[in-house]
Amino acid sequence: MDGYNFAYLDEQTKRMIRRAILKAVAIPGHQVPFGSREMPLPYGWGTGGIQVTASILGAGDTLKVIDQGADDTTNAVSIRRFFARTAGVRTTTRTTEASVIQTRHRVPETRLREDQIIVYQVPQPEPLSRLEPSRVETRNMHALADYGLMHVKLYEDIARYGQVSISYDYPVMVNDRYLMAPSPIPAFDNPKLDRMPALQLFGAGREKRIYAVPPYTSVRSLDFTDHPFRATRAPHSCALCGATDSYLDEVVMDDRGRRMFVCSDTDHCTSRREVGHAGPESLPEAAE
Amino acid sequence: MTSDAPTLLSARGLSLAFGPITALRSVDADLWPGEVLAIVGESGSGKTTLLNVLSGRLPPDAGQVWFRRQDNRLADVHAMRAPELRALHRSEWGFVHQDPRQNLRMNVSAGGNVGERLMAQGARCYDDIRAEASSWLSMVEIDPGRIDDLPRTFSGGMLQRLQIARTLVTHPSLVFMDEPTGGLDVSVQARLLDLIRKLVARLRIAVVLVTHDIAVARLLADRIMVMQSGNVVEAGLTDQVLDDPHHPYTQLLVSSVLTA
Repeated sequence: MDGYNFAYLDEQTKRMIRRAILKAVAIPGHQVPFGSREMPLPYGWGTGGIQVTASILGAGDTLKVIDQGADDTTNAVSIRRFFARTAGVRTTTRTTEASVIQTRHRVPETRLREDQIIVYQVPQPEPLSRLEPSRVETRNMHALADYGLMHVKLYEDIARYGQVSISYDYPVMVNDRYLMAPSPIPAFDNPKLDRMPALQLFGAGREKRIYAVPPYTSVRSLDFTDHPFRATRAPHSCALCGATDSYLDEVVMDDRGRRMFVCSDTDHCTSRREVGHAGPESLPEAAE
Repeated sequence: MTSDAPTLLSARGLSLAFGPITALRSVDADLWPGEVLAIVGESGSGKTTLLNVLSGRLPPDAGQVWFRRQDNRLADVHAMRAPELRALHRSEWGFVHQDPRQNLRMNVSAGGNVGERLMAQGARCYDDIRAEASSWLSMVEIDPGRIDDLPRTFSGGMLQRLQIARTLVTHPSLVFMDEPTGGLDVSVQARLLDLIRKLVARLRIAVVLVTHDIAVARLLADRIMVMQSGNVVEAGLTDQVLDDPHHPYTQLLVSSVLTA
């Protein structure tokens, strides 16, 4: 920890970010601008999330970092080690043991508790960005709750493909007021955001925005009454733990078309195997 | 029109100057439900400025605009808060631009364009929205089979008709039109005018129509206001004003129309 302030950022910066977080919590789903700092990792690797985590981390916290659900990918390992070195906090891969979880593109399968905080890394905080190029205009639309345009996008999808074709970063209404981008989590995870007991913070470093969903806040995925929102997953069971209700990754096994589906949440998969659940691919190992 | 019936839109003493240029000089206007009011005059006479002030898009230096809401409440248009004004613009009001591309979303299908105002008002049933869009397309004489086509595959006249469908879908009580037939060739113009006249009469929509084309005003308008450099120089029933113009400028305007 020598040569660094606790958790890398200086105290003044952390105070500035905490003020933005407080404002974001007070207005659920509203994007609060903040003075995003240069971080020792490239944009798109979680500069927003890492700044939010740095500002809320205390010496007694236990940190878990996941990337696409996995604890063992480069991004997750690097950020976990970064905070172990600069803040000296305990780190874990267990969802239940963590007090702060920084995540990229997934929400853990395990239901989060009131004493946990989840920090999302957000590439594009503006849900209307692809529909309306002007930020002045999108700010107006948020201020006036003028969200007809987002429904036009859903309408176009149904007219063209017969269903809403958004599979990740599926737009949600927070507290029946603000339209929010839930970060590129799969639409499968959207229902987990609704009335979640844990505090949810969203940090976008490049776009310099922080927003939040306080505990037990309603988060509704946009839909039509005759085309209701449906959380979709690959219609398989996990090859390692046999789970039929978790979000699955497709893994290509060789160049002859062999592939398997495994839980994207590695902690969920490991915990299930530890208590004896098994899938078709894990059987030979279990026999050894 | 009897003048003791309640007006839909009233303006009193509207004045506006852009620096040294006076765009409006103490203009009064009244519009009754279901009536078409044409504002005519040459370029730069303040027609479009007046339209923008009446529709709340441009605040005047002095004067007031009152609008009677559907619940019979009188609303001061320029004292309204922005969310309320925008809600008014997408429900009880409509705006038809000269260039339909200003109003339409060119990368969204015809059905999506017509449905947007419905969805902005909270319509959340896909089939209903689609049925409504399809019926409006046939109402403006566009083949409902083209509901999923992008506007850029449409001709100029079709675009203008699509814009009208998109505007009228929420059954507004008042529509502002800025040169709705400008830039179209004569036969398309005639068809469009016919369509507007039919729809306006059938749905009892009040229209404030800005045009420099006396013939358009004669065909559509019940009453007419003639403007010259920010002043209303003559106002009255269309036939009266055009057949027996009193003001020298109106006389000039009427006599300068080419007859084929």
